[in-house]
Amino acid sequence: MRARRVAITGLGVVAPGGIGRKAFWERLTSGQSASRRITLFDPTGFRCQVAAEVDFDPAQYGLSPQEIRRMDRTAQFAVVATREALADSGLTTDELVPERTAVAVGNAVGCTMGLENEYVVLSDGGQKWLVDHEYAVPHGYDYFAPSSLGREVAWATHAEGPTAVVSSGCTSGIDALGYAAELLWEGSADVVIAGSTDAPISPITQACFDAIKATSTLNDQPDRACQPFDNERRGLVLGEGSAFFILEDTAAARRRGAHIYCEIVGYASRANAFHMTGLKPDGREMAEAIRVAMDQAQLNPDDIDYINAHGSGTRQNDRHETAAVKTSLGARAYDVPMSSIKSMVGHSLGGIGSIEIAACALAIEHDVVPPTANLYTRDPECDLDYVPLTARDHRTDAALSVGSGFGGFQSAIVVAADSGDRR
Amino acid sequence: MKPVVVTGIGALASNGMSTETYWSATVDGTAGIGPISRFEPETYPIALAGEMASFDPKEHVPSRLLVETSMMSHLAIAAADAALADAKLVTSALPEYEMAVITANATGGVEVGQRELQKLWSEGPEHVSAYMSIAWFYAATTGQLSIRHKMRGHCGVVVSEQAGGLDAIGHARRLLNQGHRMALAGGTESTMAPAGLVAQIPTGHLSPRKDPARAYLPFDVDAVGYLPGEGGAILVLEEAGSAQARGVTQPYGEIVGYAATFDPRPGRGRPPTLWRAAEQAVADAGLTPADIDVVFADAYGIPSLDRVEADAIAAVFGPRGVPVTAPKTMTGRLYGGGGALDVATALLSIRDGVIPPTVNVTSVDPEYQIDLVLGESRPAPLRHALVLGRGYGGFNAAIVVKGNDN
Repeated sequence: MRARRVAITGLGVVAPGGIGRKAFWERLTSGQSASRRITLFDPTGFRCQVAAEVDFDPAQYGLSPQEIRRMDRTAQFAVVATREALADSGLTTDELVPERTAVAVGNAVGCTMGLENEYVVLSDGGQKWLVDHEYAVPHGYDYFAPSSLGREVAWATHAEGPTAVVSSGCTSGIDALGYAAELLWEGSADVVIAGSTDAPISPITQACFDAIKATSTLNDQPDRACQPFDNERRGLVLGEGSAFFILEDTAAARRRGAHIYCEIVGYASRANAFHMTGLKPDGREMAEAIRVAMDQAQLNPDDIDYINAHGSGTRQNDRHETAAVKTSLGARAYDVPMSSIKSMVGHSLGGIGSIEIAACALAIEHDVVPPTANLYTRDPECDLDYVPLTARDHRTDAALSVGSGFGGFQSAIVVAADSGDRR
Repeated sequence: MKPVVVTGIGALASNGMSTETYWSATVDGTAGIGPISRFEPETYPIALAGEMASFDPKEHVPSRLLVETSMMSHLAIAAADAALADAKLVTSALPEYEMAVITANATGGVEVGQRELQKLWSEGPEHVSAYMSIAWFYAATTGQLSIRHKMRGHCGVVVSEQAGGLDAIGHARRLLNQGHRMALAGGTESTMAPAGLVAQIPTGHLSPRKDPARAYLPFDVDAVGYLPGEGGAILVLEEAGSAQARGVTQPYGEIVGYAATFDPRPGRGRPPTLWRAAEQAVADAGLTPADIDVVFADAYGIPSLDRVEADAIAAVFGPRGVPVTAPKTMTGRLYGGGGALDVATALLSIRDGVIPPTVNVTSVDPEYQIDLVLGESRPAPLRHALVLGRGYGGFNAAIVVKGNDN
């Protein structure tokens, strides 16, 4: 048994179709996808011209002119989500002890938009290999080195404890929460500001995912473009966004009378050591990550009430993940609702892992599970309960969230209602 | 805490392409700094770097893998192969889920990134390589090492700029305490592409000097910045009982302490926190400052940051209380690779009882109360070393290593 437990006491979200945790939850339970024709750049000529974008005015969400100039959109999302989470927790920066406050930020592709914008200027539109340093902006290095995201969250919360960016591709958002939980479990911090962020909707990211044909081609029906587990699915749709959490020792949270959304009770990550992007259909390593995370949580398959799927909308993922859940949960797999919110908010790479954990926390909070949008005709190989189209009232005390990413990384995290509150 | 030992080292930098050549050059005070050759830097206010000019990726990386990776990963593949051979570790003999890979990265594979951005913007999206997505991103190296060595345990990446190498080792130690038996841990990096270096120019931290002997002078009254370098180290870490069970009797040493802190935002009126990382790492090791025989400094090479480090060391150890060195004056700063290379260097120093020098520095600022090892190596019986690392923006990390008791 661990000496300490980890409670989530604050939650902030910036997601396509809804900024702030309330709007986010309304979006998820509406079953309406936020994906649309890309507006952040002109997608003409790209295989996929659809993404789930955030309608985001940084000034409206409290960022100062200097913060707006300094930070790439990825960092802006993180700071807005962090401030919401902190306010939600009831803590203030004055109450946090800087030395005992840590930061863990998940992120997959850095400050892509800032980096690409700078590159275009320095290279004069891709013409110069020897880019012009006279045009380099003061914060350009922040866009190359995503450690800048950790700095921004630390500055926003006055944290002076261990601070790191966890960058394991598309599992980063889960892995950052796992990293944060470790800091609390081992006693390196008393409060951890943890979450993840990405704003990758930029020509280079779109071109990368197009080049490996991972993206959806349903350009004429943007809101239908991401169709996880559907037999007609065409691939993933990029998203963007961030979710942050305030994590603290459960006993301390109870003492101060904080609202506890849930606890992080188990986490594991495993790798398939098979291929940087390919997945074997057996889902073996994801199953192992789930097994270890449940074991840490001291929960059985029957205790899991909801699974937030990776559900990226590719055939190989859907089958890989379905097999992994069957292997790890056995017969229970068929009884547990499992949905993909990427069908609504897209795949925000490193950002999505924390956004999905936020969905799990809110599912526990409301006893409602969000649906998989755009799921009309299930792939016959995928025969679990994917909660098609409509949110469902469903008592949820424990939820599992899984992620799968480039590098072959497979991560699983289990969150559960504070046992003191469990019915 | 279960003891965590280092059983294999794969180090490489501009002054030595293998662990032993690097180490002998480092003890000799031979630097690998020279004019930038990877591209023509004449238009830039930077001329020198610690490039791995004679490292031929084709000698280390299979051709199929070569096309889907960048220089940072080429260096890691070579370093990891060397580390595993050094450890005489047969990975197939260990449970697949009990082998982890944790690397540090700071900037991603910049030369691949710039090449593909150029294709995108000059030729169009259909010209972007299918390998771009897996070659440049920060997790590329960890993924490739996992695949190459069939390591299916926890595989992760930490980014804290130049503190990252120490954070990666600290995180791997955490995993070994929780059931993993071995980990590849460390980092390698290359920022040697025009866009990668140009992005750093506005920080004001790169040295513009053209004389290799006067360019990167940490703690010197004449310090004006650092030089970029290529390389790093991958270490084989093992849970001590597991290493012993497979017959390891002479590990390099043990990772006994780790801590990380973050500096307050400038202007908040609070002091920097490097001293606290040092103090906490020593305490984490169950030691007192008097037990530390040598400090491997972060050695930023910017006067304001050198002062912070000198003051931190003096605060923890007393004025001139412990020998301090910065062998990275021979290699340049290595981003995600620097911390791991310093840990490797510390272990080799303890093994051979010699502190490698801080080269080129001649006039340590008299206000810095530190005993900087200048000029030549200093023989000394060593048992414990403290390694410090800092990342741009305020990251601090510290590792304490203990030599092999045998």
